[in-house]
Amino acid sequence: MRADPKGVLTGDHYLDGDQACAEGALAAGCRFFAGYPITPSTEIAERFAERIPEAAGVFVQMEDELASMAAVLGAAWGGKKAMTVTSGPGFSLMMENIGLGVMMEVPCVVANVQRGGPSTGLPTLPGQADMMQARWGSHGDYEIIALSPNSPQECFDLVIEAFNLSEQYRVPVMFMMDECVGHLTEKVSIPRPESIEIVDRKWYRGRKENYLPYAVNGDLVPAMVKAGDGYRFHATGLTHDERGYPSTTWQTQEKCVHRLVNKIRQNAENIIKVEKDNVDDADVLVVSYGISSRVAVPAIQQARQQGIRVGHLRLITVWPFPEKMIRELAGRVKAFVMPEINYGQMVFEVERCAAGKAETYLVPHGGGWVHDPKNILQVIEAAAA
Amino acid sequence: MLTEIRFSGFGGQGIIRCGYIVGKACALFDNKYATMAQSFGPEARGSACSSELVVSDERIFYPYMTRPHILVAMSQDAFDKFIGEVRDGALLLIDEDLVKPGNRIIKLKTFAVPATRIAEEMGNKVIANLIMLGFFTAVTELVSLEAMRQAVPGSVPERFLDLNLKGFERGYEFGGGITGKMAKPEKAMESAVSS
Repeated sequence: MRADPKGVLTGDHYLDGDQACAEGALAAGCRFFAGYPITPSTEIAERFAERIPEAAGVFVQMEDELASMAAVLGAAWGGKKAMTVTSGPGFSLMMENIGLGVMMEVPCVVANVQRGGPSTGLPTLPGQADMMQARWGSHGDYEIIALSPNSPQECFDLVIEAFNLSEQYRVPVMFMMDECVGHLTEKVSIPRPESIEIVDRKWYRGRKENYLPYAVNGDLVPAMVKAGDGYRFHATGLTHDERGYPSTTWQTQEKCVHRLVNKIRQNAENIIKVEKDNVDDADVLVVSYGISSRVAVPAIQQARQQGIRVGHLRLITVWPFPEKMIRELAGRVKAFVMPEINYGQMVFEVERCAAGKAETYLVPHGGGWVHDPKNILQVIEAAAA
Repeated sequence: MLTEIRFSGFGGQGIIRCGYIVGKACALFDNKYATMAQSFGPEARGSACSSELVVSDERIFYPYMTRPHILVAMSQDAFDKFIGEVRDGALLLIDEDLVKPGNRIIKLKTFAVPATRIAEEMGNKVIANLIMLGFFTAVTELVSLEAMRQAVPGSVPERFLDLNLKGFERGYEFGGGITGKMAKPEKAMESAVSS
């Protein structure tokens, strides 16, 4: 399916990452946005509010982040592609309803323009410390999809991918930006609508009386209906059977959670995207995501000039984590080096998958700014020694 | 080649807009890479503020300025705040009525323009930033005149577009007058010092 031309601002633009994210959402077909302003994500909301009348959609500024996330879930059941955007403190407030979205299998996108934390932390400055919260911030057992762009262009391209994945797998997709990427202004090329691939919702087309909202055949993702179209359905946060009715037995729980987890795990290879540079001959492999994947490049270039065989693996998809790839690489490289604007989050996943076959080094940063590439270089040198 | 530029002045002068317009001109019309970073501090109308721009012929990975090759200062506060970070041999562009560099410009090539005064003469001091951009275009030769002319529309309020474009052209002429085939930057520096 191709993009609705009404949302697509075809041409070359000079936009910041936040604005590009809003344009990407519009191009993806997002027609409902509910949010509560918070730095450094507010420009996404502003841009969306300004542009959405042209695409005949809805923007609602809600009373808080709990309500924002609830409104997004409702809009998605109403048949719309929907999103909300926030930063750390708001992300925490959304967690309860993100879990509800996971349980009810609601396609939607939540962008988190990460700032320094904990708590209100550094409102105007970067962090990458919500990565684990994106994974398991809501209670209970589930799998999630999270993507991490590193430029305004990618904010545009990848948020379309986020909507597509959310529709394909009926899961809230976390769009993990950071303040740097959100506030950098660069060229953003927006293609023509006919060259933007859009995944439409998997709609139920059968007879109304036969509709079972959580029945699946084959691919673990149930077909959806639009609330108000005359189908009888029940969506709940309680453990439910195929009818959507609460059924709080261990047998139903097993079936329910099994599917929530496995619809993502079994498709991990199709979902995961990475960018590789000089991986094949690498002794040391820098693994990075978001703004850190750009800041690491001068360090990698310098190290290669010094004769160190260092490669770069950039995680575009952060969840599901590319376990298989890291396991394989751990048998070939001497060490992994991971710069993150936190004191160790994704690096523990790398370490887990390396399973002692390769050393794992964290280059930590408490937040508020990006790494000095020199610090990354020092760790590369130590890892290569 | 990679060039780092800081535009600085006080809040309300359109300093962020300067970085945006040059970045847009380079990235969209001059076929270069240009990354602008906004600073989000406690800056407000009247206090020192700045925008950072990195321009390169190749893809820009590290997106931030480290030590500028070009400093544009449109207020004394901004000049005092940012002069310490520039590279040796950097270009310094100042509004000559608002910035007195004193004797700290030995290793810099300084170009001065009375941007705010010209803007007032043209009827509205809000175009001082576009006069500075015209001047910047002429003396730095970092960005083409044509690209800048294309980048201004859509980047300033529609009702002030003509005035902004006129201001830009005046600044460009003023800059051409200084650097014209006869004069070298060092010459311009001396004139700034003596003024």
